[in-house]
Amino acid sequence: MADREVRPSPEALLDAATREGRGRLKIFLGAAPGVGKTYEMLLSAQAKRREGVDLVVGVVETHGRRETEALLSGLEVVSKHEVDYKGHRLAEMDLDAILKRRPELVLVDELAHSNAPGCRHPKRYLDVEELIAAGIDVFTTLNIQHVESLNDIVARITRIRVRETVPDSILDQADDIEVIDLAPDDLIQRLHEGKVYVPHQAERAVRNYFQPGNLTALRELALRRTAQRVDDQLLSHMQAHAISGPWPAGDRVLVCVSEAINTPSLIRYARRAADRFHAPWTAIYVETARTQRLNDAEHDRIADYLRLAERLGASTITISGGKIADEVVAYAEANNITQIVIGKSDRSRWFEMIHGSVVHNLVRKTGPISVHVISAEANEALAKPVTTRPHPQPFNLFAYAGSTAAVALALGIASLIERFVGLQSVSLVFLMGVLASAVAWGLWPALFACLLSVLAFNFFFLPPLYTLTIADPENVVALFFFALVALIVSKLTAAARMQIVSARARAKATAELYAFSRKLAGIGTLDDLLWATAFQVSSMLKVATVLLLPDAESRGLSLASAYPPDDTLAEADMAAARWCWEHNHPTGRGSDTLPGGKWLFLPLRTGSGTVGVIGIERDALLSPDEHRLLDALADQVAVAIERISLARGLAEARVLAETERLRAALLTSISHDLRTPLASIIGTVSSLRSYADKYDATDRDELLATLESEAERLNRFVGNLLDMTRLESGAIELKLDLVDVAEVIGAAIERAGSILAQHRVEISVASDLPMLRLDPILFEQVLFNLLDNAAKYSPPGSRIDLKARQDVDAVAIEVIDEGSGIPPDDLERIFDKFYRVQAQDRRRAGTGLGLAICRGFIEAQGGRIEAHNRRDRSGAILSLRIPVPEEAEIHEPATAHG
Amino acid sequence: MANAYTVLVVDDEPPILRFLRTSLTAAGHRVVTAENATAALAAMTTEKPDLVILDLGLPDRSGFEVIAAIRNGSTVPIIVLSARSDERSKVEALDLGADDYISKPFGMAELTARIRAALRHRFQAQGELPAFVSGDLTVDLVRRHVTRDGHEVKLSPKEFELLRHLVAHAGKVLTHRHLLREVWGPAQADEVQYLRVFIRGLRQKLEPDPTRPTHILTELGVGYRLQLPPEPGGP
Repeated sequence: MADREVRPSPEALLDAATREGRGRLKIFLGAAPGVGKTYEMLLSAQAKRREGVDLVVGVVETHGRRETEALLSGLEVVSKHEVDYKGHRLAEMDLDAILKRRPELVLVDELAHSNAPGCRHPKRYLDVEELIAAGIDVFTTLNIQHVESLNDIVARITRIRVRETVPDSILDQADDIEVIDLAPDDLIQRLHEGKVYVPHQAERAVRNYFQPGNLTALRELALRRTAQRVDDQLLSHMQAHAISGPWPAGDRVLVCVSEAINTPSLIRYARRAADRFHAPWTAIYVETARTQRLNDAEHDRIADYLRLAERLGASTITISGGKIADEVVAYAEANNITQIVIGKSDRSRWFEMIHGSVVHNLVRKTGPISVHVISAEANEALAKPVTTRPHPQPFNLFAYAGSTAAVALALGIASLIERFVGLQSVSLVFLMGVLASAVAWGLWPALFACLLSVLAFNFFFLPPLYTLTIADPENVVALFFFALVALIVSKLTAAARMQIVSARARAKATAELYAFSRKLAGIGTLDDLLWATAFQVSSMLKVATVLLLPDAESRGLSLASAYPPDDTLAEADMAAARWCWEHNHPTGRGSDTLPGGKWLFLPLRTGSGTVGVIGIERDALLSPDEHRLLDALADQVAVAIERISLARGLAEARVLAETERLRAALLTSISHDLRTPLASIIGTVSSLRSYADKYDATDRDELLATLESEAERLNRFVGNLLDMTRLESGAIELKLDLVDVAEVIGAAIERAGSILAQHRVEISVASDLPMLRLDPILFEQVLFNLLDNAAKYSPPGSRIDLKARQDVDAVAIEVIDEGSGIPPDDLERIFDKFYRVQAQDRRRAGTGLGLAICRGFIEAQGGRIEAHNRRDRSGAILSLRIPVPEEAEIHEPATAHG
Repeated sequence: MANAYTVLVVDDEPPILRFLRTSLTAAGHRVVTAENATAALAAMTTEKPDLVILDLGLPDRSGFEVIAAIRNGSTVPIIVLSARSDERSKVEALDLGADDYISKPFGMAELTARIRAALRHRFQAQGELPAFVSGDLTVDLVRRHVTRDGHEVKLSPKEFELLRHLVAHAGKVLTHRHLLREVWGPAQADEVQYLRVFIRGLRQKLEPDPTRPTHILTELGVGYRLQLPPEPGGP
């Protein structure tokens, strides 16, 4: 515990670290419009300008106030950009222009402003967050009524509800908050002087708003919210610098939760105290060895009480440790707690003398922290007698037999060594037996071993021997101390064992959670994700699990996955799930809404909204630990679901864009690849006709050869287009057969003869290749395209290698050229339709279809294709891998005929 | 070519008809053309052609029906014109009795070789040639003796049987089914992979470079063809 006090809290350090590299946010906070926030902001800005800070005005509303406008002079204003919305031209802050301009500081008035539809962010505070993230400092203004959590209170006070709100987190993020305070009377004075901007149509409502009572209340809110923020800052400063508390800046209340029946009244008291001090408060439960022995009803009660505290606004925490008082004090000091609330013990004086009193220990150790000891409220105390006596664990015969054996072993060793050593050493041997029992089986078997040891020690070693009487009074003392030591040892060891057991359980849960999150990260489809989640939650919490997702068609919620899988939901449970979904709030058993049901439903929430609902069913309520585990699981799942649906949306958008790109590429390709050979054919033929008599035989041969090769090129292109069309339309009919690869290679080489005429082709095919299950025609087309590709992208006269060999359970075929290779970025893209590696020499550029067809065909046949570059020299390697079928061994058929 | 043969060309594409007529006439044949099935079958009786070149896609009836109609009473060699990627209809045409096929687009050299093989078969079918010589390969069918580069090649009985069939139809495509039926018997007609194993064996024994066969050529998806020796200037 000592180290907990001096080590900076990791969260605080992390927080400080993430702030680095970000811009600083300063908020000029006002209680009401008209207090002069903008004026103050501009004043500060002018001061900054004089200091030489590079600042610009992003947006400032002067509402025509002359003194405010005067302050704008000398400041660079980024002009707004206009957004067209339903025929209106709306001027909005030009975020991109500011990001491009990159000033050190930007002024952004009216943080709560909602942007016009069509802007990047719907809210201005999101613009500000982007600016800060980009490392630009921001000055901004805000009225207290726009703070999300205060919205209700403000509406109650003023009877006007503002719709534009900013989340509290932006206040927490702010590095500085300056309250622009103006006494209510002065503000009303300004209003009458017309110095407060009032929109014309809302004049009456606004004048109701500016009542002295309202303004006083709002002013108090602003000041209090700022004070609370300052307090938070102090806390994180202390945690980051490992300063031991308390630092009397603001009160913090901690209430100790136990299974005792009077705990709810403690919690309510703590709540009232927290209200009184305007203090945040926390409910703490300390798990000790004793926790393991509580019965289910008591566990449920603790879970209930912690949830009650949460509902009343507390944060809750469960920590495990040895002594309640020590843990509470350690937590209180680390978290700057000033007030601790604890229940008055109802135990007997005798019990407290033996076990010590938590309350007394706490009061003794807390030092400057106030401790409130609260007695049970009468009505609640009478409701049910207190039943917190430790419950014995179920009787375990094996444990007691083991303890007996341990003592018997100790007896054996003791009688062996008794001759050489004294009686004191013999008693130590027995102590080992007790210790071993405590380590292995816990308290009760250890106590049993303790009793046996005392008897055996007396019977076998203390004179008179073999009786249970003791002659020497000195030995009576020895036996008494032996018994005492054995008792203490059993108790301490058993307690240590309990802690180890519970620590192990936690470590296991953490490890499982970690493994689960890794598993989620690897899942690509929603169905797999839901299934894995349902299974995981069920197995970790021993519950039945359902996952419900919004249904696009019925616009409702529908069962998406469940474990055990055959589960369906009753209509009432479905209604609870729907309520949970619609209100984004836990519903059902153990929650505060519809608690009568069998199921507990939790919304699956992410930063951008609710993505679904998870439901669990179990007879017992969840313990705080299990509840936290469920929350953690739900969080992870929600994020994973969102990730997958985002990915799907992205993929759809990409497919759309891809279709567009393909259409354009197709048109280019057809017009280019179809027309070029046609142009040469028509040109050649017409020259042959026109100048037939002027050509000699060599010229004519040359022209005719051109004609033939261009026609063949056209034929290949049309063939490719046809193949691609067949692939696209799914019209490929595979005629799979066991095929001799060498034979297909031969056919492809034969057909590619004229294309390969300028190259040296070296073929090496292992003679013992197994037959492969392929469509020979499609496979030949793949090889032909690869050879065609190699010929196109390597210079005439260079060598093309075609190699085929067996590689474990597949046949690997490589086509290797001596061209310039493939740019590393293109290694994957060359298999895209119409993608061509940009050749310096345009003439050689391919149709962009050949390799796409290769991939389509080879994958249809269960193989793979990849592109690499040569290591030994420049050049590309295109490699195919086709798995060897299991039945590749061919035996000579029908010996009857042979 | 010494003898003038009458060739019936059936195709509904006038440009194809035109270039075939000029080329075949230049090669010394008498050419008769028909643009549809009806005209083709009429020409069969009036012109008594020695060879038919038939496009499978005709306006009035399918080319398969024309093959069946011709085979009903005539053994005239039929060479089918078909699209390259349409192996199934090639096999069907061959099964119906066509002698060979050629894929569009094709060159004249290829067509001339097919015509030569078909006619050679027609006029020599009655008496089997005692020996087949092509480049370094000699097959003596009577003595069951095969040599490559003058050295004797040992063939298993099955391999020799297979080679004998190829030699007997040298220059013509033989479908997988045909070879399987003839060599292994009708029960094995669909076991193409057996045939592939034996062809591989034959190539390893007969071809200088089995990956680039010069004698036993593969007609992918259809069958095999034993390459005829180049025309020595008339048989």
